[in-house]
Amino acid sequence: MTVGELRPPAAPRRHLLSIADLAREDIERILETARRMTSSLDREMKKMPTLRGRTVVNLFYESSTRTLASFELAAKRLSADTMSLRSSGSSVDKGESLKDTASTLSAYDPDVIVVRHPSIGAAALVARWSAASVVNAGDGKHQHPTQALLDIYAMQEALGRLEGLHVAIVGDVLHSRVARSLVQALDLVGADSTLIGPPTLVSRDLEALGCATSNDIRDLAEADVVYVLRMQQERMSAGEAFIPSLREYTALYGITPDRVRPGQVVMHPGPMNRGVEIDAQVADSEAALVVDQVRAGLVVRMAVLYDVLVATVRERIPAGVA
Amino acid sequence: MLFSRNGRSDSLTLEGRVLAPAQGIDECLRITVTDGVIAAIEPAAASALVIAPAFVDPHVHLRTPGREDEETLRSGTEAAAAGGYCAILAMPNTEPVVDSAAVLGALIEGARVDALVPTGFMASISKGQGGQELSEMAELASAGAAAFTDDGKPVVSAGLMRRALQYSALAGRPLALHCEERALSKGGQAHEGRVSAEIGLGPYPSTAESLMVERDLALAAAEERPLHLMHLSARESVHALRRARDAGVAATAEVTPHHLCLTDEAVRSLDPNHKMNPPLRSEDDRSALLEALRDGAIGAVATDHAPHARHEKDVPFEDAPFGVTGLETSFAALHTYLVVPGELTLETVLERMSTGPARTFGLGEPRIETGARANLVALDLEAEWKVTENGFRSLSANSWLLGKTLRGRVVRTVADGREVFVA
Repeated sequence: MTVGELRPPAAPRRHLLSIADLAREDIERILETARRMTSSLDREMKKMPTLRGRTVVNLFYESSTRTLASFELAAKRLSADTMSLRSSGSSVDKGESLKDTASTLSAYDPDVIVVRHPSIGAAALVARWSAASVVNAGDGKHQHPTQALLDIYAMQEALGRLEGLHVAIVGDVLHSRVARSLVQALDLVGADSTLIGPPTLVSRDLEALGCATSNDIRDLAEADVVYVLRMQQERMSAGEAFIPSLREYTALYGITPDRVRPGQVVMHPGPMNRGVEIDAQVADSEAALVVDQVRAGLVVRMAVLYDVLVATVRERIPAGVA
Repeated sequence: MLFSRNGRSDSLTLEGRVLAPAQGIDECLRITVTDGVIAAIEPAAASALVIAPAFVDPHVHLRTPGREDEETLRSGTEAAAAGGYCAILAMPNTEPVVDSAAVLGALIEGARVDALVPTGFMASISKGQGGQELSEMAELASAGAAAFTDDGKPVVSAGLMRRALQYSALAGRPLALHCEERALSKGGQAHEGRVSAEIGLGPYPSTAESLMVERDLALAAAEERPLHLMHLSARESVHALRRARDAGVAATAEVTPHHLCLTDEAVRSLDPNHKMNPPLRSEDDRSALLEALRDGAIGAVATDHAPHARHEKDVPFEDAPFGVTGLETSFAALHTYLVVPGELTLETVLERMSTGPARTFGLGEPRIETGARANLVALDLEAEWKVTENGFRSLSANSWLLGKTLRGRVVRTVADGREVFVA
């Protein structure tokens, strides 16, 4: 018997490239799987045999601590073999194109390639040039679907529901793949979102995502969840000048204790700039779900790996499939 | 001003529904060409084939010299022949830039060996397209430059633009302008609007084009000089063009098939073959362009044929270069997406692909009359064909139409009296 004969019959590959490719029942199924995965975390023996013999490659072209760690651990907990490639010290630094890297990796027959890349469309390109299921771990300012899934998982755990929930997303939405993915995911599960920030970073055009926009921080009063985005230093540099100074940004949009009302929860995708977009007191308060988000990241990524490889779903070809 | 390889002229006959909108001809005729000249035009039986004056493309990147892996004079003109063209104008943003009589002279010599279809070469407005010093326009014009442009780049300095308008009087050739205010388009990947916001692509707002259009039209008005606006994409630019023309400015303009057929919705695919500069814009913009093409405010269809090596387009959308090919698909695309659904008449398309651009650039207008050099295209409007990666004469295949089935096909092209293409 050859190795080839041991492989299961080829099923249509499934990817997770964008929240826009999912339907509500896909999200519900992944969240339900994640809940089942949670119980495994409480066991003494945390490893499950589910993906034994499968290979997960993490292909990271951007520095990332938590996302890479989370995917690595998720794959290991499911007993998959993992291999992580970072742009520094790899053939990528020698000028190899993403297409060539994708097809080179295919020689190892990976079951899943998890890609993070600074350019929009990178995950879609890898999906086109490899035979693996591709999970987008962030492509430029476009999408970061597992972040959105873990965020809504954490919301549901904390608040007990998603339907009808109101989420205010505050900060640099223009440059945020987290915000784009999250708004689409919230829209799919029946929650409302409002994007809040300065006019240079929150444009009316973003309402196309299925949300409201505002330039007034007081509009977060209505929200059940205050979701704070990271403010990056380079947004003020010469030639960019989206905001005049971090000082003014913090004064207008910083999440300080007086801006959070009792009963609201506060979330942040990390890493946080304490004292800039979020006050240290808020970050450390009971209302902050930041650690819950990290914990959710593990089970949701386990659920996503399971979902693209194992879960049976009714026939539906996602838009991202080449 | 147009150069092609020497060879004998052909004798042949073409029979079909002859449609020459600029001459008011629409009847079934037999055209006899003898030694490259239309010798006789006689009534003929009804036929499904349409015979029209061949096309003129005022905006082609032949990538020669410098990027002969992407296109050569031979491959580019073979593509033009297959697209029904009897004349094309090549852009000067090559390596080196066509900014001296020496570079231009070498191209003209090359065209005399390799160009299947008569080809004109534009020279740059500024030396090296650096936007600092004027190129030697008078010498370039006498050496055969068809027009002047810094295409691919705007003329950033209003001062240099003004001098170019003034000085171009000596050259007697048109200035063709790529209008882009780079302070607004910097980092731009897609039209600023709902789609770019949703995907996160760097926004390239309409004002990045229309502000520069307004500036250049104002300078042209003040200097009382003509100018030509290339590849218009935004409604605001069309409005500015109309206002200027109404005020008596000798302004002409062109539009590409992709800006007429597509909107920024196509960018959602993240297919790098939908990435062009200027970007695909909204439905409002598209309808303004269509309206202007219908009423003649925009007088020419130009492909902006921009070949790119496969490895340069096989990258994430954001990393891909701007530009798509178009020579071999322009008529079929316009016919399939605009004539068949009734957005444009066949007559308008034929006129704006032939007489319009020829007149704009002072090239000989292809005419169907006895005694004229034969510049003819035969079209099978019912033919359906699939655009495939391997079906191009162009060396590049970065077409927005890959995989699409088109209706209407060029079946025969006669350029300057020579049969250059038979399907």
